Amino acid sequence: MKKTFKLEGLNCANCLAKMERKISKLKGVTNVSSNFFTAKMIIEADEDFMPEIEEAASKIVKKYEPQVVFTVE
Amino acid sequence: MKKMLWRLIISSIFFILGIFINSSNAKLILFAASYILAGGDVVKRAIYNIKEGEVFDENFLMSVASLGAFLIGEAPEGVAVMLFYQVGEIFQDYAVGQSRRSIASLMDIRPDYANVKEGDKLIKKDPEDVKIGDIIVIKAGERVPLDGIITEGSSMVDTSALTGESVPRDVGEGSEILSGCININGVITVKVTKEYKESTVSKILDLVENASSKKSQPEKFITKFARIYTPIVVGIAVILAIVPPLIIKEATFSQWIYRSLSFLVVSCPCALVISVPLSFFGGIGGASKKGILVKGGNYLESMAKTEIVVFDKTGTLTKGVFKVQKIVAENSPEEVLRLAAYAENYSNHPISISLKEAYNKEIDSKLISDVEEISGHGVSALVDGVNVLVGNDKLMNKYSIPYSKYILPGTVVHVAKDGNYAGYILISDEIKEDSHKAIKGLKDQNIKDIVMLTGDNKSSGENTAKELGIKKVYTELLPADKIEKVEELISQKSEKGVLMYAGDGINDAPVLARADVGVAMGGLGSDAAIEAADVVIMTDEPSKIVQAIRISQNTLKIAYQNIIFAISVKVLILLLSSIGYASLWAAVFADVGVTFIAILNAMRALKQK
Repeated sequence: MKKTFKLEGLNCANCLAKMERKISKLKGVTNVSSNFFTAKMIIEADEDFMPEIEEAASKIVKKYEPQVVFTVE
Repeated sequence: MKKMLWRLIISSIFFILGIFINSSNAKLILFAASYILAGGDVVKRAIYNIKEGEVFDENFLMSVASLGAFLIGEAPEGVAVMLFYQVGEIFQDYAVGQSRRSIASLMDIRPDYANVKEGDKLIKKDPEDVKIGDIIVIKAGERVPLDGIITEGSSMVDTSALTGESVPRDVGEGSEILSGCININGVITVKVTKEYKESTVSKILDLVENASSKKSQPEKFITKFARIYTPIVVGIAVILAIVPPLIIKEATFSQWIYRSLSFLVVSCPCALVISVPLSFFGGIGGASKKGILVKGGNYLESMAKTEIVVFDKTGTLTKGVFKVQKIVAENSPEEVLRLAAYAENYSNHPISISLKEAYNKEIDSKLISDVEEISGHGVSALVDGVNVLVGNDKLMNKYSIPYSKYILPGTVVHVAKDGNYAGYILISDEIKEDSHKAIKGLKDQNIKDIVMLTGDNKSSGENTAKELGIKKVYTELLPADKIEKVEELISQKSEKGVLMYAGDGINDAPVLARADVGVAMGGLGSDAAIEAADVVIMTDEPSKIVQAIRISQNTLKIAYQNIIFAISVKVLILLLSSIGYASLWAAVFADVGVTFIAILNAMRALKQK
């Protein structure tokens, strides 16, 4: 399944690239793509793992950019 | 942002005072104050990230670089690094904000509300809550929120947000209307035919937003590059700080540490990570503004290398609106037309439609049975107890019906009744005016080969090609033959060259998929076309293909400029600082200054001509 997230307050493109890399390594994730300019991230993953992935992804985002608000679009 | 600006101003004042004051203690206090004001946040973030185990963090490296300068007795440089880094960040934020706003305004075609009619009242609703069959009212100046059919009223609509076309269209009762258009003058009542998620506007927005997930080669390169760049530069910095002072006699630690600090300052690949994707996303956004939807950065990139353009004829180069020109019958022309219209009743092929239009009488479908469509030949049916065959020469051959071969400009539709030849109908199509412009434009772009494919007969196909100045034309092709031809042409191009196929997306989806870049024309309102193609042209103008190729070339040029500019400035500064010719100031420029310039350059991709 595909889910789109909004990253409000995102201001570092390199951090986004790092987040993308880390999130793509999470268990169950098949693909991650993000767009710095629309501040959106699309995570494709196994449906069963989605809740855990969401939580882990939110932590990863917070780690690189603590001010970002990470929400499901 | 404002707060940061004030802090930087005060920090600069302290910094300047620090340079001019004589007492060394006061100097140090002023520099320290200046540093804390400018870089306190950066250091705080660095400490936080280090706890998280993030060594190659930009904040950390900047902190090390600036504090390192303090430690080797270059306090002014240390402050300057932080101060200029922060000023640069403000510029960068501004540039990013600008490009975000430009992109947002490009995508500002989302309708905010729909006026839903409930009884006598109009209720403002979120377009997502409106259902199929609901009646909505669109007043002058409002954006059409959902796709539908006008049941009342007439108006002019501005479709420029979807098509890039500035001339408004007239619509009236019975016309189809698409979400994203703006109603200019009259009030119209519309019956909704699609839910918001399926409507044109949300499809376009989805498409453009998702385009960034299909990355171009330069984008992929940057992703890889960014991953190794920081560790390598930091690694060299460490070696530079330690090794030369140990090996070379005159070399001092403070001298080489100073040089290595420059490396830390330029260790962020930010300029590339921001500007290259921005160039491509900007190119895609700029193209969408012109009514050209590109489904991915990879396709945008490919188009610049187009060597062969293959056009489908009907509906792409010609209007696809057929008209019965002539009926030649053995006995009764009316009877020939009636049989043809009946037999073709269930088909939506443009030719069938033209037959029904010419017949212009009620068709009693109870009289029709045993309809069999013979792909690439025509149709066989039982009409009112009579066995009718309607189709081309091949169909007549198949059933061994004697007929005369005609070389006429158009499509000849033969009609046979109970195995006997009854007559033929000549149907022809008109070339779009814009097609001439398209072919000329492609020739000016030095496209190696322009090819036309058609299922039509030889004379009609070759006529069209000749009029347009297309030298290569293949006629009388069945849908499967078209794929074969495209494959044959693909084998003729150079390894890096790209074959582009442009069709209407209705019955050539497999060919669109097989081509390197499949372009569907007249995508406005056609889901099939949007689905099958890599690039969708919202209007029916083939000349947009020329524009798309130009946008692609432009975008690539901008992306490469940024890559070359950013990498060469960084490498130059690194080389100069490793031999002691560049100061930390120059290094800060190579970091934030280059990023700022690269973003400004990338923003040009948004404004495509």
